Amino acid sequence: MILLRLFLEYFKVGLFAVGGGNATIPFLYELAETTGWFSAVDLTNMIAVSEATPGPIGVNMASYVGYTVASVGGLVVASVGLVTPSVIIILIVASFLKKYRENRLVEAAFSGLRPASMALISAAFLRIVRVTLLREELFAASGVLTDLFSFPLILLAAVLFFLMRKFKWHPLVFIAASAAVGILLRLGE
Amino acid sequence: MKTLFSLFITFFKIGCLSFGGGLAMLPMFQRELSEKRGWVTDEELSDYYAVSQCTPGVIAVNTATFVGSKLKGVAGGVVATIGVIFPSMIIIGLIAALLAGYADIPAVKNAFAGVRACVVALVLNAILKLAKSAIKNKAALVIYLLCLALALLTPLPVAVLVLAAGAAGVVLDLLMRRSAK
Repeated sequence: MILLRLFLEYFKVGLFAVGGGNATIPFLYELAETTGWFSAVDLTNMIAVSEATPGPIGVNMASYVGYTVASVGGLVVASVGLVTPSVIIILIVASFLKKYRENRLVEAAFSGLRPASMALISAAFLRIVRVTLLREELFAASGVLTDLFSFPLILLAAVLFFLMRKFKWHPLVFIAASAAVGILLRLGE
Repeated sequence: MKTLFSLFITFFKIGCLSFGGGLAMLPMFQRELSEKRGWVTDEELSDYYAVSQCTPGVIAVNTATFVGSKLKGVAGGVVATIGVIFPSMIIIGLIAALLAGYADIPAVKNAFAGVRACVVALVLNAILKLAKSAIKNKAALVIYLLCLALALLTPLPVAVLVLAAGAAGVVLDLLMRRSAK
């Protein structure tokens, strides 16, 4: 019955977590507390691994939690539970949009939604910049301004961005190259 | 060729190759779906991203369902979703079973510090490409700046911002129609 419970718990997360994978994190802490299936420390490790592997972070975390709770069966059930509400909701929204795509009001609403979507992506981008290229903790401790910036990573990002604008290589080329640079220069230390 | 199988393979590939989740997956969606295959336009992709951010669930999954259902109806939506989550399930399953301390391995840590810098560049590049179709006039630029400021400076939920922006689009359209008369 643990599989059914896992499916229902994850169905609930998928239904109520609005704003993407990271929005599921508070639900997972709650799940850890109420079920005792895993600890908060386990969860921190799962989040780290989910961020360091390819794929949607929410699905990665669901797979990890599911596996921890009930092995391969749990992994499948948790992931499927998480995405089921999304699939149903999006299919309904998509069929609605197909019908009313030419409708002037829908078109007008999208003229507002598109820049808003860009703004939210830009805000997420700035948060990525903040946690990736800045070292706020180090700066807060030392008070030296140059401690705030992670110069090797900023330089790497700038060089990569320049290459992307100039050459239309596949993103994977850049990802592989940056991983190699990271290992060679020990950027994670 | 848009068969269910090619849909599955394409989304499987996206699931395998994109790092950082949700919004950081945008560059891969844009490259594979719009630039390379022409299955959706940049404009449609930003529409899907807009809706995916204010509906429940994982953003990448929502976008995959959207694109799949546009191309091949309900079956397409389901197949695209399975494709995009399948790599996660395999990779995480292997790590959970075999490599408990995976995220603490020094080489993994170093590689991902580099990859994160790369994600910064990739996302910025994708934003600049999509902005061309999303921000076409002054009204759109105002909505963009307002929404960006609100997202950064206030704790307003994303869904509220998106719905307000949609309403603003409708109001602006009505005002313009009235002034055109």
